[in-house]
Amino acid sequence: MSLNEFLSNPNLLPWLVPVGPLLAFFIIMLLTNRARLIPATSPEYGGHHPDYEGMLVPVVSEGSRLVSVLVGLLGILTAWLISLRVVGDAFSVAHLGATVRNSTIPWLATGSTSFNMGVLVDPLTTIMLVMVPLACTMIFIYSIGYMAHDPRQSRFFALISLFAGAMLTLVVADNLLLLFVGWEVMGLCSYLLIGFWYEKESAYKAAIKAFTTTRVADVIMLLGIAYLYAETGTLSFRDILYNEEVLQHLATTPALLLGGAGLTAAGLIGIFLIIGTIGKSAQFPLHVWLPDAMEGPTPVSAMIHAAAMVSAGIYAVIRMYPLFEAGGSPHAGLFTSPLLLLSIVGAFTAIFAATIAVAQNDVKRVLAYSTISQLGFMMAALGIGAYIAAAFHLITHAFFKALLFMASGSVIHGMEHGEHHVHEHAHDDDQYALPGHAPMTLPAHSADGHGHDSHTDTADHVPEPHTEHGHHFDPQDMLNMGGLRKTMPVTFITFLVGGLSLAGFPLLTAGFWSKDEILADAYYGLSHGFGPHALVFVLLALAAFLTAFYTMRQLGLTFMGEPRTPEAAHADLGQGLVSFTMTLPLVILAFFAIVAGFVGVPPEFPLFGAIFSPEHNPFHHFVIYTLLPEMQAEAPPFNWFPVLTSFVVALGGLGLGYLVYWRKPLVAGEPDPLVAFLGPLHPVLKNKYYVDELYARVFIAPSKAFARVASEVIDRGLIDGTLHLIARVATWIGDLFKVLNVWLIDGVGDSIPELVALFGAWFRRIQTGRIQQYLLLVALAAILIALIFAASSGMLVQAAP
Amino acid sequence: MVPLWAYLLVAAALFCLGMYGVLSRRNAVAVLMGIELMLNAVNINLVAFWRYLEAQTMNGQAFVAFIFVVAAAEAAVGLAIVISIYRNRRSVVIEDVDIMKW
Amino acid sequence: MFEFNAQTIAFLVLTLFVLGGALGVVTTRNLVHATLYMVLSLFGVAGFFVLLSAPFLAAVQVLVYIGAISILIIFGVMLTRSMTHLRHVHNAQWVASGVVTSLLFVLLMVGIILPVWGVNGAQTPTEVADVVADTAVMGQLLVSPNGYVLPFEVASLLLTAAMIGAIVIARDDE
Repeated sequence: MSLNEFLSNPNLLPWLVPVGPLLAFFIIMLLTNRARLIPATSPEYGGHHPDYEGMLVPVVSEGSRLVSVLVGLLGILTAWLISLRVVGDAFSVAHLGATVRNSTIPWLATGSTSFNMGVLVDPLTTIMLVMVPLACTMIFIYSIGYMAHDPRQSRFFALISLFAGAMLTLVVADNLLLLFVGWEVMGLCSYLLIGFWYEKESAYKAAIKAFTTTRVADVIMLLGIAYLYAETGTLSFRDILYNEEVLQHLATTPALLLGGAGLTAAGLIGIFLIIGTIGKSAQFPLHVWLPDAMEGPTPVSAMIHAAAMVSAGIYAVIRMYPLFEAGGSPHAGLFTSPLLLLSIVGAFTAIFAATIAVAQNDVKRVLAYSTISQLGFMMAALGIGAYIAAAFHLITHAFFKALLFMASGSVIHGMEHGEHHVHEHAHDDDQYALPGHAPMTLPAHSADGHGHDSHTDTADHVPEPHTEHGHHFDPQDMLNMGGLRKTMPVTFITFLVGGLSLAGFPLLTAGFWSKDEILADAYYGLSHGFGPHALVFVLLALAAFLTAFYTMRQLGLTFMGEPRTPEAAHADLGQGLVSFTMTLPLVILAFFAIVAGFVGVPPEFPLFGAIFSPEHNPFHHFVIYTLLPEMQAEAPPFNWFPVLTSFVVALGGLGLGYLVYWRKPLVAGEPDPLVAFLGPLHPVLKNKYYVDELYARVFIAPSKAFARVASEVIDRGLIDGTLHLIARVATWIGDLFKVLNVWLIDGVGDSIPELVALFGAWFRRIQTGRIQQYLLLVALAAILIALIFAASSGMLVQAAP
Repeated sequence: MVPLWAYLLVAAALFCLGMYGVLSRRNAVAVLMGIELMLNAVNINLVAFWRYLEAQTMNGQAFVAFIFVVAAAEAAVGLAIVISIYRNRRSVVIEDVDIMKW
Repeated sequence: MFEFNAQTIAFLVLTLFVLGGALGVVTTRNLVHATLYMVLSLFGVAGFFVLLSAPFLAAVQVLVYIGAISILIIFGVMLTRSMTHLRHVHNAQWVASGVVTSLLFVLLMVGIILPVWGVNGAQTPTEVADVVADTAVMGQLLVSPNGYVLPFEVASLLLTAAMIGAIVIARDDE
C-alpha cells in the first residue's frame, strides 16, 4: 500500500498519527552519535557537579544535537498535521459514533483466535486528537529553549518523541491490547525521563519509584485485560463497548472472584482496569510517585501531567466507561462496584491532594498535587456517570496544566538565570543583600521550622541539577521568589491565565465550565437523593475551594511583592531564541486555556448559553455518541445551585488567597502566614500526610525487619543451633563408625571413583582432536542407524527378491 | 534413455569416493575437494530425480541452485580457515590441528 | 536395459570422467594435479546435467564450480604451498575409511538396485516426460512469494556473510 492510499483513505489515515514521533525516536537514536565522554565535573557540562566526581557523561556533537531537535520537532509536527486531518475528517462524518473510522489487521495469531491491532476514530478519540498533538507540539517547542543548555538534549528529544508516539498510539488504538502497549511504552519513557538527570540520586530514585508504583497497578490491569479476553474473546473497543449483547453478558456473568457476593465479571474487570488507572493517574493510594516525578526536566512534567501519561489513565477509564456502567445506571441511582470505586477514590483523592497542595512551597510540587487533585475530579465525575463532564475536564485540564507547568518551568529557568547572575556579580548586589541574612540561607527557612534542610526524605528535596554543590539555594522554592511579574511579564500573565483557569474563575476560563459541569451532574444526582453524588458534590466543592486558594497563594508568592532574594531580582529568561521558544507555547496555551471552555457551555446558561450553544451543548452533543444509544444520558437540566456553588468556591478561594498573599505580599524573612494559621496541621499537610513515611514503615521497614529476624533469630539461632546440635551428635556417631568406615566403606567408595577414573583415562583417548577420526565415527554411526531403521521398518524384507 | 538407477549408482559412487577423500586425505585443501565431490553427488541425485519424477515443476533445479550457493560459501569460508591455520601453524596437515582434545 | 544409442555412450563416457576424476582427486599426491582431476570430474557432472535436460544448471556448474570454486581451491593450494609433497598422502585411518566408505557404497547399491530388480521390481517410471519445464519457470519460482523467494533472499545473505567472514578470517592481523 502506498503512502497516498494511507493519506486518501480516512479509515487508514489514523495509522499515520503516531508514525512521525516514533520515526523521530528511531532516527535520533540511530543517527546521533555519542560523540565522546566528558567528566561530569567539566565546565562543558555546566561545571556544577562536584557530586559526580569521576562520573563520565556522554556529549553529542553540536550537529547531532541540532539534527535531533529538528527531527523531533518535525516528527511531532507531522503527527499534529495528520491529526488535524483526521479530526477534520471526523467532524465531516455524519453520526460519528454510530459510524466510525476503523481499520484492523491481525497481529498475533493464537491458535483459533488472533489478537488484532487497529485504529479507531470515534468522538472520544477525536477530542483527544485535538488536545494531545497540540499540547505535545507546544511542549516540544518549549523544550528547544528549556533544554538548550543540556548536553543530552538529543537524548531528551528522542525520549519525548517516543513518549508522544506512545501516547498517540494509545489514543488511536482500537483495542485494549494496543492501548496497553502504548501505556507500557509510556511507563518506560516516564522512567527514563524522570531519571533523565541520572547522576542525581534523587532523580534515579524517583524514576524507580514511579516505575515500580505504576508497575504494581499495571500488572493488575493486565489481569483485567486477560480476564476480559477470556470472557469475551476479543479486546476490540467496538466489539465490547458498543455491543449491547457483550455488555449484557459481562454484566450478568458472576465474577471469578467474589462472584458469590454479587460481583459481576464486568465489575471485576472494571475494578482491575481502574486499579491500573489509579497507578497511572496517580490516585490515592498509588499517588506517591507523581510528586517525585518532578525530578525530571520541566517539559517532562508537563508531558506527564498534561498531555500524556496521567491523561492516558483517565482516557482509559473514560474509554472503558460502558463496561463499568454495565448492569447499573448511575443516573437512576444504580451504582455498580467499579463506579462506586471510581467515585470514592476520585472524590477522596481530589480533596486529599488539594489539602496537601496548600502547604507545599515547591512551585512544581504544588502543581503536582493539584494535578492529582484534578484527576480525582475526573475520576469522581466518571464514577457518578458524568461521562461528558469527565472528558471535558480532561481536555481543559490538559491545556491549562501544560501551561502552568511550562510557566513554572520558565520561572525556575529564570531563577537559575538569576542565580548565575548573582554568582557572576557577587559583589555588585549589595542592595539586595538584606540585612541580617547571608545570600545563601534564608531566614524564611529557619522560621518555617521544617524547610528543606530538615527533611530526611531526599526525594522531597528538589534541586535542579544546575544548582551548585554545597549551596542550598533552591530555585523551585516559592519562598525564594517574589516580584517576578516585573522581570518576567509574559510568564506572569500566562501563569495568571492558567492559574485562574485551574481555580475555575467564573465565566471566562475553561476550568470554570468543565468543573461547573461536573458539579451540575453531581448536584442533579444529589437532588434525587443519591449518596455517591452527594459525597462527590461536597468533596469536590471543598476541593475546588482549596484549589482556588492554593492557586492564589502560588501566584502571590511567586510574582507579587518585592523580590525576596537577589536571585529573584535577577530572574529573567534572557533574550533570543531560548526566550522566544519558551514564551510562544505559553501564549498559545493560554489562549486555549480560555477558549477551550466555550465549546461546552450548557445551552440554558444565561447569555453565554445563547452565544456559544444556541442549539445544544456542542461538546456534549459531539462526544455523547461515543456511547451506545442506550447509555447516552441527557445533560442535567440547568440549575442555579451548582453554578452558584462554583462561583462561591472559586471566588471565595481566590479571594481568600488574594487577601493573604496578593494584597499584602510576603516580604523576605517573613514566615508564611499559613504556618501560624494551620498550627499543628501544617506539618501534616506539608509532609503529605506522611504517606511516604507510612509506606516506608508499613511496606519497606517490615520487609527489612523480617529479613533481619529471619537472618538473626531463625537462621542463626534456630536453624544454626539445631544444625550445631545435629552436627555434634553426628560427629559422635561418626567417630563410632569411623573404624567401620575406613576399611569397608572407603574400600568400596574409593574403588568406584578409581574405576571410573581408570575407564575415563582409557576412554578419553577416543577424543583425539583429529577431526577426520570423529567424522569416521559419525559415518559409521550413521550407517548403523540407517541399517537399524531399515531393518525395523521392514524395508529390507519387502524389497528382498 | 538411461535408466534412473544408473545415475543414482554413479552418484553413490561419487559420494563414497568424496567421502573417502574427506576421511583419509591429510591435506586440508584435499579434504575440501572431497566435500565438493560429495556435494556434486547430491546434485546429480537431485537433478536425476527431478528429470524422471518431477519434470513439470522446477523444484529440483531450485534446490540444486541453492546447493551451488552453499557450496560457494563453504569453499570461500573453508579456504579462508585453511589459510588462517596455515598462517598460524605453518602447516595444512589436518592431524597437526588437534589441540581441541583432552 | 541399456539401449546402445548415443545417449548411453555419452553417459558411460561421462561416468568414466566423473568417477575417474574423483579417484584421481582422492589419490593423487600432487594437489595441483588433484585439482585438475576434480575439474575433470566436475565437467562430467555438468555433462550429466546436459543429458538430464538441465542445460542451465550445466552452465552454472561450469561457471561456479569450474570457473570459481576450482580456481579458489587452486589459489588455496598455492597460498598454503600444499603442492610440496607430504611424505604420506593419507592418514593412519585410511584403511578404516576405505572399509567404511565401501560398506556405505554397498549399502547404497543394494538400496538402489533392489527396488529395480527385487520382487516388486521396476519401480522406476518407464515413461519419462519428454517435455520439461524451462529455465524461465525456475526464474519465476525463485522470486515468487509462493515459491522460494525467502530462501533466495536468505541465500543472498549467506553469500554476503560468507564473503565478509572469509575476509575477516583470512585477513592478516598485522
